[in-house]
Amino acid sequence: MTEAAGRIERCFDALRAQDRAAFVAFITAGDPNPEQSQQVLNGLPAAGADIIELGMPFSDPMADGPSIQASSQRALKAGQTLRGTLDMVKAFRENDAETPIVLMGYYNPIYHYGVDRFLTEAVDAGVDGLIIVDLPPEEDAELCEPAIAAGIRFIRLLTPTTDDARLDTVLQNTSGFLYYVSVAGITGAAMGAQQAIETARQRIAEKSALPVVVGFGIKTPDHAASVGQVADGVVVGSAIVDQIAGAVDESGAITDADIGHVLGFVGSLADGVRSARQRGAA
Amino acid sequence: MNKPDRPNSYRTLPDEAGHFGIFGGRYVAETLMPLILDLEQAYEAAKADPSFKSQMDDLMANYVGRPSPLYFAERLTAHYGGAKIYFKRDELNHTGAHKINNCIGQILLAQRMGKSRIIAETGAGQHGVATATVAARFGLECKVFMGATDIERQQPNVFRMNLLGAEVIPVNSGSSTLKDAMNEALRDWVTNVEDTYYLIGTAAGPHPYPAMVRDFQSVIGQEAREQILKAEGRLPDSLVACIGGGSNAIGLFHPFLDDVDVSMVGVEAAGHGIDSGEHAASISAGSPGVLHGNRTYLLQDDDGQIKDAHSISAGLDYPGIGPEHSWLSESGRVDYVAVTDDEALAAFQDCCRLEGIIPALEPSHALAHVARTAPDLSNDHIMVVNLCGRGDKDIFTVADALGVTI
Repeated sequence: MTEAAGRIERCFDALRAQDRAAFVAFITAGDPNPEQSQQVLNGLPAAGADIIELGMPFSDPMADGPSIQASSQRALKAGQTLRGTLDMVKAFRENDAETPIVLMGYYNPIYHYGVDRFLTEAVDAGVDGLIIVDLPPEEDAELCEPAIAAGIRFIRLLTPTTDDARLDTVLQNTSGFLYYVSVAGITGAAMGAQQAIETARQRIAEKSALPVVVGFGIKTPDHAASVGQVADGVVVGSAIVDQIAGAVDESGAITDADIGHVLGFVGSLADGVRSARQRGAA
Repeated sequence: MNKPDRPNSYRTLPDEAGHFGIFGGRYVAETLMPLILDLEQAYEAAKADPSFKSQMDDLMANYVGRPSPLYFAERLTAHYGGAKIYFKRDELNHTGAHKINNCIGQILLAQRMGKSRIIAETGAGQHGVATATVAARFGLECKVFMGATDIERQQPNVFRMNLLGAEVIPVNSGSSTLKDAMNEALRDWVTNVEDTYYLIGTAAGPHPYPAMVRDFQSVIGQEAREQILKAEGRLPDSLVACIGGGSNAIGLFHPFLDDVDVSMVGVEAAGHGIDSGEHAASISAGSPGVLHGNRTYLLQDDDGQIKDAHSISAGLDYPGIGPEHSWLSESGRVDYVAVTDDEALAAFQDCCRLEGIIPALEPSHALAHVARTAPDLSNDHIMVVNLCGRGDKDIFTVADALGVTI
């Protein structure tokens, strides 16, 4: 096992001891440009992110809504590449040896780069996990199995369409945590009802001990808090990249103050998640 | 020339996981997996149900107007002075293209599956029109996703879809063409999983679509085989068809794949020329990748980002190709070539003037390959060209390209 193996588990263990959910912050690597994206990334742990989900931009993000589509396009326009994304993780690791980083994206850029080369370099950069939207269990031989062999967690999406029969298939070869998509749909769509999330959470718990994080459609600290009462982790993505979208100028840059605002928003979401269980108990 | 590892049959794929060699597969979000597994089951059940076939046969004969004729293009043959040229006239189908063959099959399937809402992507608008047509015929709600750029250049088809009761949804993401329309259709499908059937128009996408669309389009090749045997008493020497996603080509080729003496050529769009970088020739100038649910040849940059395709023909303007074609190319069974916008335009005009048939710009690419090769072939070489669409929709584009104002 490599040194990178274990950050995700250590993170959830620590949070379980504190009786709170993990706050997972998503940004797209290279958005709005490689330099400022690095600054945002480096600032996420201090702002309250427990786990970072870093989007690998793709030209054709089929499962993403308008916010993340736009952030991917900003990043690609600014010259972001897959190698550039790995370099960002490497630079981040110079000052942060413990915050887990999960790369999220689509398979083609990795396939084109070469699976073996990608995995070697990802381990070297300090990547902990992968979420590849268009690789279902049926295609596990492509990347999932080699990733697990390389010590990288392969995190799978569960959705409202995942029935019991399917659940067993999806849980096989899943590691790190499970990502429950609270609505059938694209990123940034409406949030699923808390009751439905809780039911799904229990259904999953009967079959797996892995932590369950919930994402898709969580936009405010209050949303984040309510999901944090029932889930092991809360992912916010579109609402964060929308903060960048709102600030970016014609040259594709934001100001230092904007970076502060983005991280401030992340902080308010983190506070929401941290206060969730107290609120729930009150 | 046969490769040493030639399989016993080229007609047995895909395997159970939807693979044609390394191509094909099911590269979709988990939300869609249960749906495509359901679809696969429903399709297998339909294939085994005689009532499905009799329903298909009836609609194909009386609604679509099949069989389409196999026509000896006498004057074009004389003009090129070589091979004996036949047209498989799928442009005479209801709605003016081969697309309807597949739509009939899939709408019956959607009905069997109890789906009430049909979505589709379209490039030139031919598949959108065919989908809107069958949705109207069966009383189902229909939404067609179409790139804003394509809406601009295919206004008549947009209006046709509206007349047929479909809603055309402009797609402004990415390059606003067919690939983006397909992304948007997938986004809609993933959001409306309960009641929606995604009617894919070409032999691409996640398994079972490539095999299913091929099966529905294979009526073209099955008819052509019978017709040429009747007309000439033997099989043709070569088959020629244009390739965007490749549904008309696979429909013509598939029934002949094990006839080793029949050569086959798929004609891709070279746009402004392969060297210009502005083309849609995925096999000729692309590399394997994963997009829209399958592994296949794609136009992509060094970082694995999908490039925009270009062709004068909106129906060929797609940066990928059906996975079975990728496999047929790698196995050496089918040759793939590319012709430019200009070559297609010249062949388009030859066909209009010599045969009294206005072909669509898509099969004009196949005709351009005929123009290139037929003169050097002997008079007893029989060549069957898939005339897969009529050109009424393209007259504005052609006028524009020829510098004529209408």
